Amino acid sequence: MNAIVISAVLGVVMMFCGVFTNSKNAIRAVAVIGLLGLTIANVMDMGGYHFFNVSLKGMLTFDTFGLLFNTIAFGSTWIYFLLSGRDMERVGVNVAEYYALIFFVLCGIAIVSSFNSLLMLFLGIEIISIPLYILTGSDKRNLKSNEASLKYFLMGAFSTGLMLMGITLIYGVKGSFNMEVIRMGSTALTPMMTAGLLLLLFSMAFKASAAPFHFWTPDVYDGSPTVFTSFMATIVKAAVFIAFIRLFEGCFGEMHREWQLLIAIIAAATLFIGNITAVFQQSVKRMLAYSSIAQAGFMLFALVAMNKMAKEGLIFYAAAYSLATIGIFAILLKMKDYTFEGFNGLAKRQPVLAATNTIFLLSLAGIPATAGFWAKFYMLSAAVENGHVLWLVIVGVLCAAVSVYYYFRVIQAMYFKEGDNQEIETSGAFKGLLIGIAAIVILLGIFPHWLINQLYSFFYL
Amino acid sequence: MIPVLLIVIPLVSGLLAFLIKQEKSVKTWALLTSIITLVVAILPFALHKASDLQTDVAWLPELGSSFSVTMDGMSKLLCLLTGIAFPGIFIATWNTTYKNPNNFFALMLLMQTGLIGVFVASDALLFYFFWELALIPAYFLCSIWGGERRVAVTFKFFIYTFVGSLLMLVGIIWVYFHTPDHSFAMTSFYKADIPRDQQGWVFWLFFIAFAIKIPLFPLHTWQPDTYEQSPTAVTMVLSGVMVKMGVFGILRWLAPVVPVGLWSWGDTAAWMCVIGMIYGSLLAMQQDDLKRLIAYSSIAHMGLMGLAIFVTSSIGIQGVMVQMFNHGINIIGLWIVVELIERQFHTRKMSELGGLAQNAPGLAIMLVVVALANVALPLTNAFVGEFMMFNGVFGSKSSNYHYIFMVVGLISIILSAIYTLNMIQKVFYGNTNTLTASAHDIRFNEKLVLAILLIGIVVMGVYPKPMIEATRHAVDAIYSTMYVQLPGRK
Repeated sequence: MNAIVISAVLGVVMMFCGVFTNSKNAIRAVAVIGLLGLTIANVMDMGGYHFFNVSLKGMLTFDTFGLLFNTIAFGSTWIYFLLSGRDMERVGVNVAEYYALIFFVLCGIAIVSSFNSLLMLFLGIEIISIPLYILTGSDKRNLKSNEASLKYFLMGAFSTGLMLMGITLIYGVKGSFNMEVIRMGSTALTPMMTAGLLLLLFSMAFKASAAPFHFWTPDVYDGSPTVFTSFMATIVKAAVFIAFIRLFEGCFGEMHREWQLLIAIIAAATLFIGNITAVFQQSVKRMLAYSSIAQAGFMLFALVAMNKMAKEGLIFYAAAYSLATIGIFAILLKMKDYTFEGFNGLAKRQPVLAATNTIFLLSLAGIPATAGFWAKFYMLSAAVENGHVLWLVIVGVLCAAVSVYYYFRVIQAMYFKEGDNQEIETSGAFKGLLIGIAAIVILLGIFPHWLINQLYSFFYL
Repeated sequence: MIPVLLIVIPLVSGLLAFLIKQEKSVKTWALLTSIITLVVAILPFALHKASDLQTDVAWLPELGSSFSVTMDGMSKLLCLLTGIAFPGIFIATWNTTYKNPNNFFALMLLMQTGLIGVFVASDALLFYFFWELALIPAYFLCSIWGGERRVAVTFKFFIYTFVGSLLMLVGIIWVYFHTPDHSFAMTSFYKADIPRDQQGWVFWLFFIAFAIKIPLFPLHTWQPDTYEQSPTAVTMVLSGVMVKMGVFGILRWLAPVVPVGLWSWGDTAAWMCVIGMIYGSLLAMQQDDLKRLIAYSSIAHMGLMGLAIFVTSSIGIQGVMVQMFNHGINIIGLWIVVELIERQFHTRKMSELGGLAQNAPGLAIMLVVVALANVALPLTNAFVGEFMMFNGVFGSKSSNYHYIFMVVGLISIILSAIYTLNMIQKVFYGNTNTLTASAHDIRFNEKLVLAILLIGIVVMGVYPKPMIEATRHAVDAIYSTMYVQLPGRK
């Protein structure tokens, strides 16, 4: 509960910040300190210090899983603020409002990681989506940004409609929004239940940009200001997956075998389309959009497998994927040219940027000794343990091999090609932060349990 | 303790080498530390206490994986090969200059870390880690310091091996869930209870990874290009040591884990090896480029090792052990000669060379001996290994086609004599031309390395007993786990 209330309050605080001060540095400082406080409050929630004792009537349940994810999401956002906060200020004049909107998104994330009623799921998803529509269109004078925003809004509204219909149908069957009530006794698919399940599945697949509901993703990610793409493609996407698995385990866990194949097919299609299309991209930003689709395919493994390893793995995946992608986007933001050629010869001019970028890319590709390896390892293990979807595992690893192609294209450009000397401004702090993130990626790659154990041990204090 | 040292020394010295900017000092540093590694790699042959050769530290207790390294006969031999290879390569290529030498030598040492890690790991996950970690430095080494088409060629190599590794990862995870105690330890893997009807495709998951690395026909297409385009120092590591990872992987992680799978697909795999032997030899005969010639000849020789494993015989596996080491020594010797020729004449084309023996007699003698060892002439080291392997193929009890394999394999040895002698003739004898008229002989350091290799070749050829003794236990252990006793067969 701590996180939900405080993030909403912080959102309001940020809005007023814009009224009282024009200093961008001050606004950023408030946001960074506020988010740090939010993260600490959430960790204290895990440790048993609840600031707000509200009777929730079973609408929300705060379990370790959700709170752990919150911590990771807030931590990643904090790193994102530090790395890319200055770039946010270049998008437009209303800096304080961007921060405010992001805090509202975080509030939505805290809700979807703890909902216990379908209504709260709906609320959470909407609280996440609406600020994102605005952030997507925040570059007001840019036509592409406007187009992306409109597209996102129309498609998003449509999928939200589907979700509501799905919730209604399930309410019609079970007479309750409560997930435990819905789960109880739902072991076989009835027609109405099937319709509800499918509608929920489609709308969640849309939010998670899983194939064949992914068509909005490249345009929206490409059109919106890069600094917000970074946020949308990482933390928000991971949160949607947490909601996805919570919903399907909570409501339909008893009939997992009935819908497992369907999700497996969606996962395979997502992997295939995301990876193959990414190969043909000329712009790194667009490549990252497709790569985020491809990574979503891997995260869907968690839903297909639905065991302990899958849930732990999903948290880890969220952390590994977010860290690496935020890092790559932060470096991309410094580039003037977003094509692969723009990266040519970066290793000579900016060895630190090139080296850390390489580590992030290796992590996304899933090379051992980076966090990304364990993310993939957990997903593959979970699917193998499940035992029914070995074909999906093979598809997964083959697609992972394809992904090497486009991730390594960036590495090739940076290290093996000569480039023109475009000026890149970076500060020492920025580089230091990048090195820090790269160190975390490698540390997690060698001791993957370190992160989770630290958080768990705090929880048990 | 020893295996940990073997991993830590190159790792630390490699990381430090990134910081040494002067060319001379980084070269010296790399040479010194690699010699220390070599000394440590020799020690296991003198030590017999188990605690010296084994270390087991908790790594991921939740997953049942630990940082566990041990050295048996096979590991000792391959670590020794790795230990010899690196200082040898550093001395032989002492006069080659690289841009950014600190990065070059650092990556070389890191690659050594990965290779040794693969050979000593006794935990499947750790093995996979090192397996991949050996690849990353190789990727950068070839892509930065290689020939003209380096980027595309290395990329092909990388994708190839990465696909194989990922399939192997699936196999590892699958076996993991079938181990009695859910552990990645080698001993648990050997006890894994894998249903017989499932062993077939588990075999393929592992086998593809190893077959790509060895490389076996038809998964060999990355190899000639990569060997040709890589800087020669890296080619030496790739062909001398890294391809042994594939053979080693089969012996350590495939044969004992899925013996039934190996038995049922052994003939298919052996056919792949045999076709590769003939195919590699025929292509080697057509080459004009020295590097490509040796690359194709390596396909043929590695194919024989694969064949000896897949027909499952004790003496054959013993031969593979010996040959893994000897082939490494011989092929590194060949590459050194090629490197010397290329550095002097800036060409590797046999048609442009000729008559070198007149001006460079030292080099000529070296090449002839190494080349004859490559053909497996008696009294050279390769003869011992190949003789034992053919012996094994001939006496195989598991294969239905072992006589055919034997005959076809021997044909490829004859072919290898043809192309090797042809190469010697074209490069060293005949008339000199404008390019080779002013040739000079090799330097002292080059002579030194080659002379040591030559002594090794002859000593191993005349007195192979120590090597066989050192690996006997490992051979027996592997053979006893991989041989499938069939009802009604003796």
